[in-house]
Amino acid sequence: MFELIFFSLLNGIVTGLLLFMLASGLTLIFSMMGVLNFAHASFYMLGAYVAYTISLYLGFWVGLIVAPLVVGVLGAVVERYGLRHVHRWGHVAELIFTFGLAFLIEEIVQFIWGKDTKAYHEPEILQFPLFTFFGQNFPAYKAFMLLISIGIFIALLLVLTRSRIGLIIQAAITRPNMTAMLGHNVPLVFMGVFGMGCALAGLAGVIAGPALGTFPGMAVVLGSIVFVIVVVGGLGSLGGAFIASLLIGLLQTFAIALDYSVSDILVAFNITTDAESAFRDLWTLSLPQIAPILPYLLLVLILIFRPTGLFGKRES
Amino acid sequence: MLKVKDLNAYYGKSHILQGVNFNVNEGEIVSLLGRNGVGRSTTIKTIMGEVPPHGSIEFRGEEIAGMKEHEIANRGLGYVPENRDVFAGLTVRQNLILGIKDMKKEGRWKMEDMFDMFPNLKQRADVDAGVLSGGEQQMLTMCRTLMGDPDLVMIDEPTEGLAPKIVTQVAELLSEIARRGVSILLVEQKLAIALKISHRLYVMGHGHMVYEGTPDELKENEQVRKEWLEV
Ligand SMILES: Nc1ncnc2c1ncn2[C@@H]1O[C@H](COP(=O)(O)OP(=O)(O)OP(=O)(O)O)[C@@H](O)[C@H]1O
Ligand SMILES: [Mg+2]
Repeated sequence: MFELIFFSLLNGIVTGLLLFMLASGLTLIFSMMGVLNFAHASFYMLGAYVAYTISLYLGFWVGLIVAPLVVGVLGAVVERYGLRHVHRWGHVAELIFTFGLAFLIEEIVQFIWGKDTKAYHEPEILQFPLFTFFGQNFPAYKAFMLLISIGIFIALLLVLTRSRIGLIIQAAITRPNMTAMLGHNVPLVFMGVFGMGCALAGLAGVIAGPALGTFPGMAVVLGSIVFVIVVVGGLGSLGGAFIASLLIGLLQTFAIALDYSVSDILVAFNITTDAESAFRDLWTLSLPQIAPILPYLLLVLILIFRPTGLFGKRES
Repeated sequence: MLKVKDLNAYYGKSHILQGVNFNVNEGEIVSLLGRNGVGRSTTIKTIMGEVPPHGSIEFRGEEIAGMKEHEIANRGLGYVPENRDVFAGLTVRQNLILGIKDMKKEGRWKMEDMFDMFPNLKQRADVDAGVLSGGEQQMLTMCRTLMGDPDLVMIDEPTEGLAPKIVTQVAELLSEIARRGVSILLVEQKLAIALKISHRLYVMGHGHMVYEGTPDELKENEQVRKEWLEV
């Protein structure tokens, strides 16, 4: 039991921090634009594919550095020449634009790289078990993912709270007009934040590609979870996104690890179930089977009991 | 240094500024008077580029109409809005830092100057600006703009809703600004203050200037005061 909790905890944190790499950018971009960027996870997917292609020629490590930069520049271009023009037609137009962009990127990815899963692997020097605990291995690559995510988290925190540009970003997000009239180039800041957010998503894709698979559906798989995170955390709240990322990461890994069925859980509450009843299929459902729907269940519960999310403020 | 010629501005279909003409010279304090809703704030906002301008706005011989807000600010125009637009979630010190345009350049004002003039701000330097009193927020907004070292500052109703003691402080700061060679365009409701510190005054009536003169001339001119200022 202890080793189960230990490994689930570690895996949950790895997943959670990876999710936060996407959720943080999405949250910052939401605070700026006032709408959710539906194409955010598409940049995550692009990161994985671009890194895969680079890794074929120049190796994993070059891809790790270059792919996020490429994706970041792409994001900045999308903001500068797409979203900024759509902005004047209002939020609905922006929303539809990002929706269309998500489909466009998915089609382009399939057009260039095909529908099958790519053989994008972790580099050889990370293909060993870092440690073995109660006979279970913890892969070095997961530790590497953890390291990168923590590094990014600290860097983001420092930039936002300790640097002048972070201060300008915070000001521009809350009061764009006033910030501009103090002489700061707010449109440039917005382009930079959008590009940065996309680069982070791209980086998440680069390191997640080998672990979770590089295939055209990867954006949809993770994208919907990231939306759940930003809503559960409270739209626009970075702290909320962080807590919700870890929460969902842990929820998913524990649900998969703990092989209990619904009837087991009911027994714990002194409710016995009839193995012959019409609901038999329901009672035998196990936690790993319902793991994928747990985040959405959490979303629904949050929206019912705390519509602003865990750390969200009600809009005035 | 600032020349506004035939300036028009619109909010949607309503024509708010209808041919505004005026100027501010180097080192001058100019007040813009008028009743509520005649378009004084809109005049300043249009100069700053927050409202799209139609017409000519020349600052130091350069046409700035059509430039972006930050480009206009970086040419040396400062703006203190009427609603005390502080960054509520940031500290007093951070608000002041945000006023600085170029960290490398030495300007007329340092943070220490602000803290010397307003000990309250110094005391609460690391407190969120959102929890300051109205008067303190007004000081902070003015100081923040000064940190950007403007050559002309446009200040919209700085004394509105403040206690008499704080109004005096605001007036002192205005004089200090002028002493350091900064021109001022002041929108002010309190006639006494405007008459006391201005070199020249304009009176605005529905969307354009209806009177221009010195404080002494306006004091004499009961007809203008009755028609355009008194309620
Ligand atoms: N954002 C806006 N949208 C539409 N109309 C506006 C807007 N802001 C101001 N107005 C209108 O424009 C006119 C001029 O407003 P402005 O704020 O310039 O007045 P003012 O002279 O500064 O007076 P005061 O500050 O006392 O209201 C007013 O009739 C006002 O109702
Ligand atoms: Mg006004």
